[in-house]
Amino acid sequence: MADTAQDDAFVAFERVQKSYDGETLVVKDLNLSMPRGEFLTMLGPSGSGKTTCLMMLAGFETATHGEIKLDGKPINNIPPHKRGIGMVFQNYALFPHMTVAENLSFPLEVRKMGKSEREKKVKRALEMVQMGDFGGRRPAQLSGGQQQRIALARALVFEAELVLMDEPLGALDKQLREHMQFEIKRIADDLGITVVYVTHDQTEALTMSDRVAVFDDGRIQQLAPPDVLYESPENSFVAQFIGENNTMMGTVKELNNGLALVQLDGGELIDCKPVNVSKPGERTRVSIRPERVEFNPERLQEGAHTLKAEVLEFIYMGDIFRTRLKVAGNDEFIIKTRNAPDQVRLEPGSQIEIGWLPDDCRALDA
Amino acid sequence: MTDATDPDKFTGATPDNALRNSDRAEEQAGPVLAADGTPLKRSLSRALRRQKLRALGLIAPLLIFVLVTFIAPIADMLFRSVENQIVSNTIPNTVQALTEWEGTGDDLPPQSAYEAMYFDLFLAAEAKQHTRLGSRLNYEQAGISSLFRTTGRSLDDIGDDVQDVLEDMDESWGEGPFWYDMMWVGNSGEAARDLFDTKRSQLARMTGESLSGDVNFMPSAQMAEMLPLTTQAYTSWAIFAALVDGDTVKEEEPWEAVFTALAYDLQNGGAERVAAYDGAGAAQLQQAVENLDQIPQIDFQAIMAEADEDWNNVANWRTIKLYSPDYTPGYFLNAVDMQDGLDGFEARPENQQIYMMLFKRTLFMSLMITGSCILLGYPVAWILANLPMRTANILMILVLLPFWTSLLVRTSAWKVMLQQQGVINDVLVWLGLVADNDRLIMINNQFGTIVAMTHILLPFMILPLYSVMQTIPPSYLRAAKSLGATNWTAFWRVYFPQSVPGIGAGSILVFILAIGYYITPEIVGGTTGTFISNRIAYHISSSLNWGLAAALGSILLAVVLILYWAYDKIVGIDNVKLG
Repeated sequence: MADTAQDDAFVAFERVQKSYDGETLVVKDLNLSMPRGEFLTMLGPSGSGKTTCLMMLAGFETATHGEIKLDGKPINNIPPHKRGIGMVFQNYALFPHMTVAENLSFPLEVRKMGKSEREKKVKRALEMVQMGDFGGRRPAQLSGGQQQRIALARALVFEAELVLMDEPLGALDKQLREHMQFEIKRIADDLGITVVYVTHDQTEALTMSDRVAVFDDGRIQQLAPPDVLYESPENSFVAQFIGENNTMMGTVKELNNGLALVQLDGGELIDCKPVNVSKPGERTRVSIRPERVEFNPERLQEGAHTLKAEVLEFIYMGDIFRTRLKVAGNDEFIIKTRNAPDQVRLEPGSQIEIGWLPDDCRALDA
Repeated sequence: MTDATDPDKFTGATPDNALRNSDRAEEQAGPVLAADGTPLKRSLSRALRRQKLRALGLIAPLLIFVLVTFIAPIADMLFRSVENQIVSNTIPNTVQALTEWEGTGDDLPPQSAYEAMYFDLFLAAEAKQHTRLGSRLNYEQAGISSLFRTTGRSLDDIGDDVQDVLEDMDESWGEGPFWYDMMWVGNSGEAARDLFDTKRSQLARMTGESLSGDVNFMPSAQMAEMLPLTTQAYTSWAIFAALVDGDTVKEEEPWEAVFTALAYDLQNGGAERVAAYDGAGAAQLQQAVENLDQIPQIDFQAIMAEADEDWNNVANWRTIKLYSPDYTPGYFLNAVDMQDGLDGFEARPENQQIYMMLFKRTLFMSLMITGSCILLGYPVAWILANLPMRTANILMILVLLPFWTSLLVRTSAWKVMLQQQGVINDVLVWLGLVADNDRLIMINNQFGTIVAMTHILLPFMILPLYSVMQTIPPSYLRAAKSLGATNWTAFWRVYFPQSVPGIGAGSILVFILAIGYYITPEIVGGTTGTFISNRIAYHISSSLNWGLAAALGSILLAVVLILYWAYDKIVGIDNVKLG
């Protein structure tokens, strides 16, 4: 990344590396810059280094190499309590021996704020998360969702500009989790704070973020807005990690006009969009989203390559139909169709032809 | 959106709503019925009864074991601390005679008391019980033990004199069958059965045996009326001879007290009554009456005073009277440096006050030990809880190592370390911090005891602290720091309050162990570092004053329970966690 881009960044990681044991790098050469007010999610499987990055930003871990800047100033040597970064922990870390109000008032007390001002801010923060009546309770008397709100309020009450969240919704059930996703996003937008959010839940990442950084093996695999990430994965890890994906192995036959002709291992030929293949003869992993597969011949482009498929299973899922096919020797090929009045329900055992737009089929690294 | 985000308006299966629903369910009062119409509570308890019985069966062995080996001894100890039946068992008639006597002034007790004491003590001396009673009363009044002992030796003398005089008149006074025929109820006539039963039960209580065997003797009521004291004395002797010594009553010559009693009876109205008597031994009795002036005059007070002049000391009698009831607060009073005076409880003389000081010292030192254990154990537990598992386990072994070493060895090691020619003093002298002729005294005093006991009890502090600290997630400290707290504030405001239950558990363990500790203070305590438990042990094994030991033990138990209760009130026992 260019230096100029980092100068006006609010948060910047510059060539950051981290090793715990001196033998392996948990974070390898991380470069990242965020503008003020952005909601950025670090997404990745466990052990990918995303939480370590967050901890380095918060100051609980020191970078082995490289520099972390906050608002243009290096913060490597600033202890965590002087960084002024709000943080929401995985299990909330609400202090169990204090009431909700005392929990919220704690960051203000350590900042030597006067009593009346403290009370005012605590009240405002509680109202922001719609927990105004709960100030006198202990954290153990609250449900998971309520604790989550309090943890959020506590991270925001001292008006931090940067708030870090470490899988804050991991302990909630699905319905409440989805609800809180919107809630957090709304509050973040209202306050205009910058948020770094760590999760391994891709739906959460896609729903909430301005940009998502997909981590794997200590590196950012792709940093992009959710739609770009979903529709244009830059490599096969991202393609497989984000959303459901059908993949097939093959070899590049031709490359021209922004189109790649790929011969699948079964011999069939298909058109793809070359993403990170550069020359004919290369092995490639072809990736296509289940909902972009088309089996109605009328909707296919003229001259498009089609593949023969056998319907193995039809699953009714309410809003969508999910059909499992056997395509080119791969019997885990999934297509998803919207439950619309005119939609065809494929019968298991029937033979069909499937195809897609070349743009939707991406030829990635093997 | 805004409506839905209000937690109270958000419907569906959320944990919040589950909580609210359960709250609502509790508000709907009234008994819930099972399917067959019985209240649900009852059918539930019926269903659980079998399980409960099984559970009870499983714990029964331990329960019985605890009852037998723990609860029962404690109950026995509590009982011993007030029990005082030895006085009324050993000298029952004296206790009876002393009820009339007030004992407040300088007046000696009445003649009847001396008389009763003579016969009681005579019997007790024969049964070898008088020294036990002497030891018991000696706890309350020094000197009574030797008084009883010397008296027991010389009570025979007067009876011997009387016997000599009587035998000079007629040889048959020295013959068993003659006495037996005279005292025995015979084939006709009324038996003094009550007298016999009373004497038998008194002797049974004194010796602690059942004495249910056949005596082959029954006093005659006529004789009991004519020569009351003699009959009593002879009956006592007969029972003793038959059931304790295993002799045949008829063949044995009675003991000296019977002659003393006969002389007394004859001198006090018996002479007139004998005139009308014509049964066995009538001739000899009348002969004795005729020569009454030859028989030594019986004055029980004088007899007792001759045996030991301390019987004219009113204080001894007062002590006997004060401690004659079956149950006494005396041991407890003694245990708090008080005594039972005639006008209520009063403090003991200053030079005899020792136990309150010992109790205070025990409390003070236990608190010091608990405090030092907290100071030393907290950082160790912290490190253990925050190290990786493998390293923590190795360090934990070091903490536990003392447990695998004999207590005696550890305590003796401190003796080696701390004594004046010991390691620490040597090092200090070598460093020049202490002059060679001015070595520090660190053992056989309070300091040594506190050091050694802190070391010994430290694991009991570290273990609960460690297990509580392990449950405190490091994220709390991180959260506190991310909220702007310095390391110290984060520790003091967030970590420390959560570790308090561990401190509580450790403190209770250490304090209760310390307050009853015996062996370490015994070895390294010297005179200024001993605990109340050492005094209890002394009374159990050396002075044999078990009643006082029991009272001290009971007070110690009560103090611990009170402190425990206070702790529960102040800190709350729910806040004690062992992990």
